[in-house]
Amino acid sequence: MVTQEERFQAIVDAEDKIEPTDWMPDAYRKTLIRQIAQHAHSEIIGMQPEGNWISRAPSLHRKAILMAKVQDEAGHGLYLYSAAETLGVRRDELQELLHQGKHKYSSIFNYPTLNWADIGTIGWLVDGAAITNQVMLTRCSYGPYARGMVRICKEESFHQRQGYESLIKLCHGSEEQKALAQDALDRWWWPSLMMFGPHDTESTHTEQSMAWKIKRVSNDDLRQQFVDMTVPQADYLGLRIPDPELRWNEDRGHYDFGEIDWDEFWLVVKGDGPMNRDRVAHKAAAWQEGAWVRAAAVAHAEKKARRGAV
Amino acid sequence: MTYEVPLAPGESPEIDTTAETEGVAWPMWEVFVRARRGVSHVHIGSLHATDAETALQNARDVYTRRGEGVSVWVVPSSEIRSFEPDQAAEYVDSNEKSYRLATAYEIPDEVGQM
Repeated sequence: MVTQEERFQAIVDAEDKIEPTDWMPDAYRKTLIRQIAQHAHSEIIGMQPEGNWISRAPSLHRKAILMAKVQDEAGHGLYLYSAAETLGVRRDELQELLHQGKHKYSSIFNYPTLNWADIGTIGWLVDGAAITNQVMLTRCSYGPYARGMVRICKEESFHQRQGYESLIKLCHGSEEQKALAQDALDRWWWPSLMMFGPHDTESTHTEQSMAWKIKRVSNDDLRQQFVDMTVPQADYLGLRIPDPELRWNEDRGHYDFGEIDWDEFWLVVKGDGPMNRDRVAHKAAAWQEGAWVRAAAVAHAEKKARRGAV
Repeated sequence: MTYEVPLAPGESPEIDTTAETEGVAWPMWEVFVRARRGVSHVHIGSLHATDAETALQNARDVYTRRGEGVSVWVVPSSEIRSFEPDQAAEYVDSNEKSYRLATAYEIPDEVGQM
């Protein structure tokens, strides 16, 4: 007799997908809820650092691009909440928990966007790191999550390319413009590498997530992929990556790079980054200020239903 | 953008999933999109909206920002009926009759392609 758990693992091992109504281990469901909810929250909070520059974008063209990108982030959050709901949780409750500060999101959004070049740099590095991660997740064993990632990856490609193109323009501009780009890279490089999480040796849940094929590539391997891909792109821009230990290793066929400041990493994860409190307070305030709109929409729908319209 | 937030030492991997919420939760709708003429509508995700009209408007903004569809359906999630996997297995097995398949019939080579 095959147990439910064996049947589940056989589907996963065969590279088939698990769908919402399938039996799944409780811990698999809980791991996915946590990961998808945090991913959704990250997209939603991720609108803030970029939204900060919409009114000050240097041209109408850049303003339109930035608005489209921020709208995409909202869309990504919605695809992900939709995927989370297939696991039996409610979207409004997940949001409430975010507003109460009980749910986390990606630490990268707890850094401020101080100059215009930050916007290009976020597209290039932060979306670049996100793509590296999300391409892996398109092969995740949970069907609704994997399908959401396919849509998201297509759109992230626009995000990364517009960012890099904007930096090309700055780096071919005046000395001041190039200095802005260098300043942005200096501040965003290390937080971007932190996006891949702790070293594999410190990552407590990697092994189980790999067996369930929720995660397909380890943190350190993804980080290495990202560094290898990004260094030549920085060279093309003529920018200097702020890592004195960065060098090509002929034997490994990869770049060697320095150690992340793990004290800073854990400080931000635990809620003490430069912007943690502001981000959550802003999100909660926006939700509160929108309460009357939500109530009006419900009242309108009820009125129409009473009058017999569709 | 993405990923799980790393667990701090001693932190539980389980997050809260229930909370007191204010106001009325909007009903959920399933969204189906026809990518182009000549193909069927395909399920693409879900969303929340107060009525069919706003559900369609939201579906357009959330799922077809880049011309992914020429037609959109929204259906209240509560109206969907389905087989659960166990029942579905029985249902499918009872249809496994090989004589329904073209490959169950041997046709001599000299007859040619059929």
